Amino acid sequence: MPVTVEIPKENWTGSVREVTLGATAEQGGTRARTVTVGGETTLPFLHFEGEIPNPPVVAIEIQDYYPEDWSPLLKEAWGDVLNDPAAWAEKAEAYGADLIMLRLRGADSEGKKTTPEEAAATVKNVLAATGLPLIVRGPGQAELDNELLVAVAEAAKGERIALGLCEDKNYRTIVAAALAHDQLVISSTPMDVNLSKQLTILISDMNFPLDRILMDPTTGALGYGIEYGYSVMERLRIAALTGDTMTQQPMICFVGEESWRQKESKVNEGVPEAWGDWTKRSITWEALTATTLLHAGADIVTIRHPETVEIVKGFIEKLMMKES
Amino acid sequence: MPLSGLEIYKLLPKTNCKECGFPTCLAFAMKLAAKQAELTACPYVSEEAKAALAAAAAPPIRLIAISSDGRKIEVGNETVMFRHEKTFYHEPGLLVRVKDTQPLEEFKDTVTKAANYSVERVGMELTVSGFAVENASGDPAVFAERVETVKAIANLPLVLISKNPAALEAAIAKLDGSVPLLYAADEDNWQAMAELAEKHGFPLAVRGEGDLAALANLVEQVKNAGVEDIVLDPGTRSPVDTLISLTQIRRLALKKNFRLLGYPVITFPGEGAASEAEEVALAAQHIAKYAGFIVLDHFDPATMYPLLTLRLNIYTDPQKPIQMEPGIYEFGDPTPESPLLTTTNFSLTYFSVAGEVENAGVPAWLLVCDSEGMSVLTAWAAGNFDAEVIAKMVKQFNVADKISHRKIVIPGLVAVISGELEEELPGWEVLVGPREAVDIPAYLKLWQN
Repeated sequence: MPVTVEIPKENWTGSVREVTLGATAEQGGTRARTVTVGGETTLPFLHFEGEIPNPPVVAIEIQDYYPEDWSPLLKEAWGDVLNDPAAWAEKAEAYGADLIMLRLRGADSEGKKTTPEEAAATVKNVLAATGLPLIVRGPGQAELDNELLVAVAEAAKGERIALGLCEDKNYRTIVAAALAHDQLVISSTPMDVNLSKQLTILISDMNFPLDRILMDPTTGALGYGIEYGYSVMERLRIAALTGDTMTQQPMICFVGEESWRQKESKVNEGVPEAWGDWTKRSITWEALTATTLLHAGADIVTIRHPETVEIVKGFIEKLMMKES
Repeated sequence: MPLSGLEIYKLLPKTNCKECGFPTCLAFAMKLAAKQAELTACPYVSEEAKAALAAAAAPPIRLIAISSDGRKIEVGNETVMFRHEKTFYHEPGLLVRVKDTQPLEEFKDTVTKAANYSVERVGMELTVSGFAVENASGDPAVFAERVETVKAIANLPLVLISKNPAALEAAIAKLDGSVPLLYAADEDNWQAMAELAEKHGFPLAVRGEGDLAALANLVEQVKNAGVEDIVLDPGTRSPVDTLISLTQIRRLALKKNFRLLGYPVITFPGEGAASEAEEVALAAQHIAKYAGFIVLDHFDPATMYPLLTLRLNIYTDPQKPIQMEPGIYEFGDPTPESPLLTTTNFSLTYFSVAGEVENAGVPAWLLVCDSEGMSVLTAWAAGNFDAEVIAKMVKQFNVADKISHRKIVIPGLVAVISGELEEELPGWEVLVGPREAVDIPAYLKLWQN
């Protein structure tokens, strides 16, 4: 008698919350289109047992001033636009970005501290140069983050941009600004399921709507702690699908930043021959960090190299094809 | 899948005769479930119960080994779907495919380069696991010759790929004691393949066409023909299809204890990819999601290094981060005047720092603190790398006896503790070093006693 096989399916009761970035003219913004992430009712790409209504997306990272500290490979790939965030955003859109992530460096190349007015002006220029929804991250120093992001939230009123990073020691000002100007926030915690959940609770306690929170579980690059982030993300996603409502935010991973920070990508002098071709290795490093975390539940990955964008987007497309 | 105490109890005589040494059959069953007793202690247990218990004790995914001259790939025996539930035990083999139709020089060149490839990461030498030799020519003699060529260059485990049992037989004659994986039995050739595998006692891959029920049926036939060591190829190739079929196979084995698919899986990411970059991404998927053997169509250090690194990361036991022995480490014959740096004993942190201190070419001391295997920031947040801990380590390892100056460099990420550390270590000057290891050489070159 032929064997029959009953495919085990998980009966998940929860789902990931849908979060929409950007607003079109009709919705009070100026974006050419909006991007919705989340909504999954199963683990990544397991179409046979649930819905994955929105594919994960790729954000290209740009910066407000010339990124002196970036790998020469990235400088070569982008060329002159690195001096002009608006032109950079336009080129990023041409390279296939779904979103633009603008990182405010906090100071220009001469070391002069960025003023709130300058940050606001940069954001306006970038918004004028691209029709894509925008994510804006502060320099990562609490005081300056607050100063700049408040101005940015106001300048981008109606655009539903995502502001970050909100951390447990510094989230109130950013959340209040996002609340006042209808923006989104990114809540960021250091690779810990409970801390992640707790910060979502704290932010929502400020009457901030859950459908405007993205969750950054903290990304470790390939070879530099990816397995910690990977497992925390799998646990968060399983918790979300099991119905734990404060873990149901879509997840964003800052892949480009983490991957290109590492020695494998940053330098090519005095490294072992076994590391292989620098460019190919660096792009593979960024691509594998991204695709591996997509399998753990990433909804947005931020990328720095244009070739990685192509690889990751192509792979997402194939993962979104229903089982043949 | 192990049986529960109650399930075992149902199989016992339920006479409470006490001859096993336990007061009741239920108590004995509980001990059996906890693996604190042996079934042989019961003189009255039925043959049927013995068989059921033996079957339940077998691992849900069979352990399969292929080998060559002591080099071995062991895969299977996995127990969880997610690494955080326990750990993943047996790293998948990463093998490079060569075909017997390739020009001989190119063929030898690939095998030589891949066989000699070795890259160091966190103190470990990572290498290519083996080769898959394919009989693309269809000619048994050519195939056998090429397998012999591979054997002459590399002592690594092999997968032999041919639809033709005669070609496999010809190649096996050249193997000389090694145990290859034979690939593969399908609907058409399974009888001859099973016979060949059974005769030599080699593991046999069974290839399906995407349908798991058909694959299970084929496995059953192969098993009935006497083959015990089986590897599955579900026949799926595209990124979404491999993810789904490998997930389903793992779930059937672990959650349903479905024996016919309780075997490791072999994948061919190059066959489901439109480009080399996509092949690498797909291989990465197979590392994280459930492959036992991954056969690559390209060998390039620039992609092999990232893949080997990913495999190391995913198969790291989440409960046991790799730790370094705390203590004072020497770089380049340091003198009492050499700089003293400190960091945590998380292996990745240690190796990042150690590599850069070596790079700097400046003799130095490195005090590796016991941070319970945590990285700098995490350890600091957890109180495992604060002023108190560092001061304790300075004393414990008699650092003051080794150096004449009283300066200690702490990682830039924990600059905030420098004041407290100066209080904990009276007479010492605390210097704040770079935030990233990569900036250590520049820092050390400027360091002045």
